[in-house]
Amino acid sequence: MKTVRIGSGLGFYGDSWRPVRASIERGGVQYIGSDHLAELTLAILQKDRQKDPNAGYARDMLPMLAELFPLGRAQNVKFLLDAGGLNPQGAGAALADTFRKLGIKARIAVVTGDSVMERIDELMAAGESLAHLDTGADIATVRSRLLFASAYLGAKPMVEALEQGADIVLTGRVADAALFLAPLVHEFKWGWQDYDKLAQGLTVGHLLECSGQASGGNFGGDWESVPDLAHIGYPIAEVTEDGTAVITKAPGTGGLVSFDTVRQQLLYEVHDPRNYFSPDVVLDMSTIRLTDLGGNRVEVKGASGKPRTGTLKVVGGFEDGWMGEASLSYSWPDALKKAKATAAIVKTLLDEQKVKYDELFVEYMGHNALFGPIAENDPAEELNEVFLRMAIRTPERKAAEGFRRHFPWLALSGPPFVTGAGIQGASGLIGIWPTLVKRELVESRVKIEMLEV
Amino acid sequence: MKVRLNRIAHARSGDKGDRADIGLFAYDAETYAVLKREVTAGRVAAHFAGIAESAERFELDNIWALKFVLNASLQGGGSRSLRLDNLGKTIGAALLRMEIDAPDTLPRLQARAQA
Repeated sequence: MKTVRIGSGLGFYGDSWRPVRASIERGGVQYIGSDHLAELTLAILQKDRQKDPNAGYARDMLPMLAELFPLGRAQNVKFLLDAGGLNPQGAGAALADTFRKLGIKARIAVVTGDSVMERIDELMAAGESLAHLDTGADIATVRSRLLFASAYLGAKPMVEALEQGADIVLTGRVADAALFLAPLVHEFKWGWQDYDKLAQGLTVGHLLECSGQASGGNFGGDWESVPDLAHIGYPIAEVTEDGTAVITKAPGTGGLVSFDTVRQQLLYEVHDPRNYFSPDVVLDMSTIRLTDLGGNRVEVKGASGKPRTGTLKVVGGFEDGWMGEASLSYSWPDALKKAKATAAIVKTLLDEQKVKYDELFVEYMGHNALFGPIAENDPAEELNEVFLRMAIRTPERKAAEGFRRHFPWLALSGPPFVTGAGIQGASGLIGIWPTLVKRELVESRVKIEMLEV
Repeated sequence: MKVRLNRIAHARSGDKGDRADIGLFAYDAETYAVLKREVTAGRVAAHFAGIAESAERFELDNIWALKFVLNASLQGGGSRSLRLDNLGKTIGAALLRMEIDAPDTLPRLQARAQA
């Protein structure tokens, strides 16, 4: 029986690819899917692109592939990456350039057409409202501040690229899980109406798209039972033609693939588990059966698929003011009390100086920065130390930049036993604009360009 | 007896736009039935008062899990939030702090009592 083995690459821009080496060297993988793009990442890449029009892609892809592609060459390991971000063409050119310099030969497919930023007028003329998916707000309210807008593409163009013989498929915004679904459709020749198989493939992709999170990383249960996180193995899926999959990891690696670690990832960042929308299929997770086979092997079967919808999700980002941020650290005694007193002093000065801001946000790290109103107060008096962190949101860049000036003087003229001022410049805040667009308006523009290096 | 959820369940949280979401997992069928009864969308919304506007709940009997979606809980979303935890990564732990009424016969509580 034919089995396809797919391994997890990065789970975000900046993630480690050290564990991917084990998947290639000892895990027998044929494909690596690498997800560099969280929702937030496009906002980061937009900031890069504003500084340099050739940027706007996840640059970690260059050293990653320079190391891993030659490593997998003997086994013909193929890579699918959404590292193209807002500039897949620029990413492809940079990768081709890097490979040429290193003398690496490869067929690199670049998928474009996900960006609709330059097509807003055209789409609206075609009858698309582009209203906010959750609030229904009119896009006119943010139009002049829009920085990017990209549709989530599905697996189809990546399947085509593989059929054209690509060794590396580089995309912009695609549904994360589609990076893993594509090689399965390609290998098993699944039809686009084989909904249950597509649903299984999407499930596999969803389990693998966050690197170590399916193999014992960030495990919000009995985390101490997970061995050797220093050498964690990223998840690997062994998939058969009917879509049945076993999630596992390379031999001799740390981490844990179990019923608990796998089901945590199954529901991660899912809204309605009976209707998990993707560009290729709508997945119903309520019929999935997970069986822990022992030995870091979990079988996944039974996913149900429903036909994909006529629309694609688009995520846009718009300028939404500025943040100024600063912190100071206070020791016992009265650490929390002193931090609170300092926050009050800063607020007094901001108000006296009529600094314009929409929100002033205060957190006491060590006490309530993570839990907010749920933090318990009882031991607060005895805390060894508290880090005061303050942030403002303001429409004015100058106000955000000037925020930091309110802190250094407090070292000598504020409450006592204080140190460790952490002071940031202004950073641009980006609001996220999710919307829907008719799929054919986007899919008709999708192109695959093959670079032969 | 009053029990904190972390003694009988585990969790993971993440974000999408302005929504944080949490998967809550029981270790066994008996505990799952208790979670279904006790950890209602209303209770969770009350627990996260001041953080989220409302909460939705979805049930996954096949993996003994409840899925919670906290609406309008991330200050507009990760890339405009002023919070240290702008992506709701720790909000799952905040749910595990919630106390519910549970029979002391639940397997995890028994195992702990014997240990």
